[in-house]
Amino acid sequence: MTHGNDTGNKQLMEKYLGLAQPDDGIMCEYIWIDGTGEGIRSKCRTVYEEPKKPTDCPIWNFDGSSTYQAEGSNSDMYLYPCAIFSDPFRGGKNKLVLCEVFKYNKKPAETNRRKSCNEVMERAKATVPWFGIEQEYTLLDYDGHPFGWPKNGFPGPQGPYYCGVGANKVYGRDIVEAHYRACLYAGVQIAGCNAEVMPAQWEFQVGPCEGIKMGDHLWIARYILHRVAEDFGIVVTLDPKPMEGDWNGAGAHCNYSTEAMRNDGGVKEIEKAIEKLSKHHVRHIKAYDPREGKDNERRLTGHHETSSIHDFSAGVANRGSSIRIPRQVAEDGKGYLEDRRPSSNCDPYAVTEVLVRTTVLDE
Amino acid sequence: MTSRVVSGETDKSVMQRYMTLPQSSDAVMVEYFWIDGTGEGVRSKGRTLSTEPKKPEDCPVWNFDGSSTYQSEGTNSDMYLVPVALFRDPFRLGNNKLVLCEVLKYNKVPAETNNRHTCVKVMEKIKSTKPWFGIEQEYSLMDGDGYPLGWPKNGYPGPQGPYYCGVGSNKVFGRDIVEAHYRACLYAGVKICGCNAEVMPAQWEFQVGPCEGIEMGDHLWAARYLLHRVAEDFGVVITLDPKPISGNWNGAGAHTNYSTEAMRKPGGLAIMEEAITKLSKKHDEHIRAYDPNQGADNSRRLTGRHETSSIKDFSAGVANRGASIRIPRQVAEDGYGYLEDRRPSSNCDPYSVTEIIIRTTLLDE
Repeated sequence: MTHGNDTGNKQLMEKYLGLAQPDDGIMCEYIWIDGTGEGIRSKCRTVYEEPKKPTDCPIWNFDGSSTYQAEGSNSDMYLYPCAIFSDPFRGGKNKLVLCEVFKYNKKPAETNRRKSCNEVMERAKATVPWFGIEQEYTLLDYDGHPFGWPKNGFPGPQGPYYCGVGANKVYGRDIVEAHYRACLYAGVQIAGCNAEVMPAQWEFQVGPCEGIKMGDHLWIARYILHRVAEDFGIVVTLDPKPMEGDWNGAGAHCNYSTEAMRNDGGVKEIEKAIEKLSKHHVRHIKAYDPREGKDNERRLTGHHETSSIHDFSAGVANRGSSIRIPRQVAEDGKGYLEDRRPSSNCDPYAVTEVLVRTTVLDE
Repeated sequence: MTSRVVSGETDKSVMQRYMTLPQSSDAVMVEYFWIDGTGEGVRSKGRTLSTEPKKPEDCPVWNFDGSSTYQSEGTNSDMYLVPVALFRDPFRLGNNKLVLCEVLKYNKVPAETNNRHTCVKVMEKIKSTKPWFGIEQEYSLMDGDGYPLGWPKNGYPGPQGPYYCGVGSNKVFGRDIVEAHYRACLYAGVKICGCNAEVMPAQWEFQVGPCEGIEMGDHLWAARYLLHRVAEDFGVVITLDPKPISGNWNGAGAHTNYSTEAMRKPGGLAIMEEAITKLSKKHDEHIRAYDPNQGADNSRRLTGRHETSSIKDFSAGVANRGASIRIPRQVAEDGYGYLEDRRPSSNCDPYSVTEIIIRTTLLDE
């Protein structure tokens, strides 16, 4: 049975998507972060030549009073294109354009965390910082209950689901597969994916990305995820604790290294970085979800492979600590560290910026 | 779980076999479409021509039964269709065409809802001023039972806030129709320049422009025809009603962006301000021209809330979405550009709207 907004017949779409498109009629979807700091919005415009770089796309504007970003009496806000990707939904020369939001007075909007992140990455660029984020998320059915779970009920306890295979182990693999292919097509640096511990929970990884690219690529990967799921009539939530009780939450573990950490003897640099991080736990927690820690409180309990939100800890191969050093890294004496604290709904610009400020800029 | 209501659903894959039958080059299908007696309904019928038309005049003048479209009496029902704008047909493909027509009565006088006739004369008169228009057409998608697509039956979605430009199947309903429509317009040659999800769930908007003079009305009517046809393919209904759901839900408008060459040049802001002053003196006349029922439709929408101005008062302001006329902030900064008249209803006739804007601001009528 189709549900309420399903216009069914995706085959019908093929007919329209197959229509010849004029060379001077290219569709650009402008994408931005709204006033919640986690919601994504987008709208489309026709451009008359294929853009090759973000600055080929005109600066645009939108009604900020409809996105929790401005008052109605002074609602115009600006969209500044900063990254372009191929459009996996429309194909051809059509593009997805990630934008920074500026207020009417040209100051960055409150949830525009990219501007300061970019400045920090510029200052630290000689250290060649690389990031990889493991984005966890949960699929929900149209009624808000996790996809594939029995209605008015729960599946069997966690255990068999992580990286599982089988129709009683994983739910919604089609969305994950479609998303991966769409990201590859778009030019997003997607590095992997797997089924997660809670059934209907999944993870994909984006990276390695240098500097500002981490935030750019993750936000586009999130947009693509919501759009793909929309196509299937399923909802994606990035809530860090969608189901209370003995069910895993969702994080965005952030893997991080500088060139020095990646070179021989780098484990010393990693330990220095961890030392600095241990002194700024509260500041980092505030940067690791859009509500300055309130969202993460429900998730970072010390159970379910999380560290407690109150304490900072670090350890080799320890999934219960704030920072985990992968065992392989400990053996090689070089590599990267994994900060397990960021919430699944974090802003990657805020996360990567504070990591660099603390460990490289000593701020 | 909610379910769809689709009347008269047929298997689209069966169509494929027929739509791919070879078509000989001396049998071209041309769909004539026109505005009916309501001033907002669109009608169409097709005929075969023996050569591919390249301009509207290549299509013969035709006629139809006006007593079946609220346009004439049965005893004297023939009305004329005069082709005025030609487009490629995105449904039939190949050399097939869509042709927009003006309607004339039996005595060759324009039909009551043929507002193009006077509009084209006005545009001709002032063509040296190069008036450009862009219209933001808002509309709502309805299921077969007349209730908005995706809304829970016997209920309401969560309050407005997350839906505008939204992404996700709990944020927007019916994106397929919007995408299909955009591609159909590009193919047909309609000047579609953007689209977005709107504030009320199942409400959308597309923009047509920039169009000079009479082209605005022609392209918007063609875009509307395509929208109704695409939605029909998907079993969904389009409404251009300006306030489809009463209460704390946005209405739908057709904000009209307008400029002359003088406004688009440095110092143009002063010309725009003169135009706004003239508009402020003709508020009631404009309101009467901005929906097919002399303002009765718009009175349900222009309340002063939900990003509208009140129907009773005229106001103007920079970046102010509660004003009758909004000057975009970028325009105020640059000192030239265009103004946005936010008053026209979603079901307005763009010929009436563009004509009265020209009469007031350029012809001082």
